[in-house]
Formats: sequence, structure tokens, C-alpha cells
Amino acid sequence: MSQKLPPGLQLEKVDDRIMTLNVGPQHPGSGHMRIILKIDGDYIVHCDPDPGYVHRGEEKMAEYRNYITNIPHLERPVIHDSCNILYPYCLGVEELLGLEVPERAKYLRVIAAELNRCVYTEYWLGIYGIFLGHSTMFMWPVGDRELLIDLLDKMTGARVTHAYFVPGGVRNDVPPNFEDVCLRQVNYFEKRLKEYADVFYDNPILISRTKDTGVLSREDAIKLGTTGSVLRASGVDFDIRKKEPYDVYEELDFQTNVLKEGDSYARSKIPWLDMLESCRIIRDALQKMPKSGSVRIKLKPKPKGGDTEVYHRVESGRGSLGMYIVSNNKPEPYRLKISVPSFRNLIAMPHLLKGELLGNLPPVYWSLNYWPVEADR
Amino acid sequence: MSSADSTEIEKSEDSSPVYEFEKSLSDSISKKFSNVEIAYVKQNRIRVNVKKEEIIDVASFIRDELHFDHAESVSGVDYPKDKQIEVVYHLGSYTDPLLSKQILALATRTQREDNPHPGNDSSKLPSLCDVFPSVSFHERECFEMLGVYFDGNPDNRRLLLPEDWADIPPLRKDFAIKGR
Repeated sequence: MSQKLPPGLQLEKVDDRIMTLNVGPQHPGSGHMRIILKIDGDYIVHCDPDPGYVHRGEEKMAEYRNYITNIPHLERPVIHDSCNILYPYCLGVEELLGLEVPERAKYLRVIAAELNRCVYTEYWLGIYGIFLGHSTMFMWPVGDRELLIDLLDKMTGARVTHAYFVPGGVRNDVPPNFEDVCLRQVNYFEKRLKEYADVFYDNPILISRTKDTGVLSREDAIKLGTTGSVLRASGVDFDIRKKEPYDVYEELDFQTNVLKEGDSYARSKIPWLDMLESCRIIRDALQKMPKSGSVRIKLKPKPKGGDTEVYHRVESGRGSLGMYIVSNNKPEPYRLKISVPSFRNLIAMPHLLKGELLGNLPPVYWSLNYWPVEADR
Repeated sequence: MSSADSTEIEKSEDSSPVYEFEKSLSDSISKKFSNVEIAYVKQNRIRVNVKKEEIIDVASFIRDELHFDHAESVSGVDYPKDKQIEVVYHLGSYTDPLLSKQILALATRTQREDNPHPGNDSSKLPSLCDVFPSVSFHERECFEMLGVYFDGNPDNRRLLLPEDWADIPPLRKDFAIKGR
């Protein structure tokens, strides 16, 4: 019995009433991830998340590629939110190379980032719905996000992996009639979003399953360093777009959504409220955007960063997404660290699930706005 | 002429900008601890290099007196030429509205061994788990990716890598990707 087993596995005694249950690694939801639970009857007594099934070594790969060829693979951890994961990278490289982004490009970036945030959130909401057995809430968001994917397709030429942001601006300008089409589709999208309240958020079945489930107190949310919707659902008013505005967010009219409850319901409601806010941001940005002008500054091939380091962060669909770039006068980064919100929020999972009913696993797990592929990088 | 003058003034301001608030934060650290090195003070960013023996004291001071309350990121950086591995904690604050833009990078270095035995060699650092509980998973990642063992972290286990990973920690510079 003294045989050495790999970490995460252990032999149990026969009279042990605690049962170990593996949830995953085959799809407990969106991507491959395992949750090792110990249950006593119906109650979870211990939870050990085991990510890493989709680890692709993005940080190592980045050390072998120059600042421009790093763009397409860096968006792979979260292809539904690809603009937001490239955002801090571009801001960081711009600081390293001393680039000033043209005004029109800044607005185009904000529009693309907000459209992408909605596309991601709709996908997440669809999965959240289906995991609670609400198939309408799967169909509607997955259908409605096509509206915005269409817009991003017009902007960037690709449906999901856009590679639209480049250091020094955006890859290309938008087609001539884009503003009108965008305004029309975003207005319709907003109308659809409001209908979600009737079918989902005001639904007594959803409320009874998620209210007072997995409550994360304000103190714990801060102590565990959670971010994004998880943090704001626990009553902490912290949105990077407001607190440390980048590009033109300072000039746009929007507000941060904060709820005090800290339960699963609040965590599922914040991203929906954020999407409504995104619609406002997009409309405002379309209005304030310069009607013409350059969208990208020309770079020399294989630009070299100085002998320094930068840390930039943006508010992605899941929370604060930071990039730490160490440069040593070479065309490739010496070290690139991606600090992703999914990984940061993962620490809250064992904390929330301990003592919960097993049946409350899906509403708690999905309310964390967790994206396994992003967490693994 | 006047426009040329104004650009010149702007330039001279840019070349040596003084960030009062950031400076006051870094001064309070260097006043309390004489051995720390303030690597840079930029807009909203400060970097402090400390010796590993002092890191818990400095981190506690940063938490209790300066009110940074969570870690945004923990990054390990390999420096084979110096025979050292650096660990950088990026700390932020949710509770103090004055600090919401600030990121404080707290960096320390440990020895690097050419033939690593993660956990059983001299690449060890004291864990900041007790000061900032939010670092626990980040430190676990750093342990498997660079082989730095964190004394005091209750959970120095594999996190992202396969359970049967037998090679050296992959984020070390001497671990090469095939074909590159």
C-alpha cells in the first residue's frame, strides 16, 4: 500500500464514508478541466480544481517569436475574446517601442473590444443556461451573438480569431457603411438583451437555484484577489476601464455595475449588465470617433524593445487581464507573463464549493466566469 | 518660434518626469528598509528589489502600511547568466481608491541550479501566502514552471503540467522547444 501514486490520486480505506468524485476532465462545461471533489452524502467537503488539460505553453512560445508574429498565437487562449487578450499586449509593446496610436484607431479598438466582450459573454451565458437545464437560454445568446460576430467579421475579416489589434493601431480600417450597420445591429442587440430578463433573470426557477448559493463576501473577494464580475458581484467597485482608463475609455460615457449580494445570482447578472453597458459604450464611441484618418502607424520589420519591462492590464470579459513583458533589446520578448482573470478567479472555487450541495456545483462553477483554456494558457 | 519653444519645454519635462505620489510610496519603503533597491518609479508603476530574507517583512509593510491588498500576478524569470531566478509579485489594491491605478512590483531572486531537482535543491524562496493569500496558485505555477520551491506554501504541487512530466521546468531558458 506504500505504492507512490501521482498527485491528485490516493487510495481510500474501505470504511471511509467520504467519496472522491472526479468531475471532468472531459468537459464539465466549456473546456477540459477536472474538479476533484470529496463528498459526504450530498455535501462537498473538499474541492481541488485540477486545470492544465489545455495548457499550450503560450508564454514559452512567445519567447521564440518576435513582437509582431506573437499576435496570432497569443489570442488562442480565449478566441471568443481575442481582442481583449491582445489589448494589454499591444499597449505594452507600444510602451516598449514608444509608439503613439492614431486617434481613430483608439476608437476602433474600443468598439472591437466591446463587441468582443459581448460575443464572449453571450457564449458564456449560453453555457451557463444549458448547465442549469435552461435550453432557451442556450439558444438565444448563441443566436444573438451572431449579430456581433457579423460586425466583427466586417471589421476584421474573421469570425472569431480576429488578430485585429497590432502594436501601433489596428490592422485595417472598417468598410465605408460600417457605422450605420453597427449602430443598427447594436440597437437591436440591446433590445434582445432586455428580453433576457423575462425568460432568465426574473425566472423564479433560476432565482431559487442561484440565490444565496456560493456566497463570496467582500472581504474574501479582496483577500483572494478575484477580479471582474466575481469581484464586482461581491460589492467591490473595481473596473480597470474606470480605474485605470486606457486608450479613450476616459472620454466615453458608461458606468460600472456593482452588486452587493456576492452569490451565484449576482455573479451571473453582472456580465449581462456589462453587456448593456457595452452597447452604450459602442454607441458613444461611434459618435465620438473621428470620421477619417490613419488607423495604424508603420513599423520597421522586427522592431526591438528596449532594456526594460512593462506591465499593462485591461478589463476583459472576465476581469483584469495583465501582461508583463520583459525586454532585453531583442526583437523577441525575454519573458512574457499573461496574468489571466480565469486563473485568478480559480482560487475562489475551492473556497465557495466547500460545504455546498453537490447539485450546486454547476451554478457556482459557471458563475465564476471561468474559461479553462484561458486559465491554462 | 513659440511653438518650437513649447515643444522644447514639453520635452525637458518628459525626459525627467517626477511622479510625486509614486515617489512618496517608494520613499516610505526605502526609509523603513535600508537594504531594498528601488529599481524604477514610473507612472503608476513602482518596482522594488529585495533580498529573499527580507521579502516577508517588506511585503507585510506594503500590505499594512501602504494598503496594497492582493496580487495581480506572480512571474518567474530565468537568468542563467547570473545563475539566478527572479520572482516578481505584481501587487495592487482594491480597497484604497488612491492606489487603484498603482501596481507595485516586488521582486526577489534565488539561486539557480544547472541540474534542477525541483523542491530538493537550493532554488527556494519564502512564500508570501500568509501575507497575500491570493498568491497561492500563482506560486504553484511558478514552482512547476521554473522549479522555485516556496517554503510555507501549503500546496507546492503540479498544477498545469502533466502528472508524468519528467523534463526540467519548461520556462527555464535551457529548455528548448523542438525545431526552434
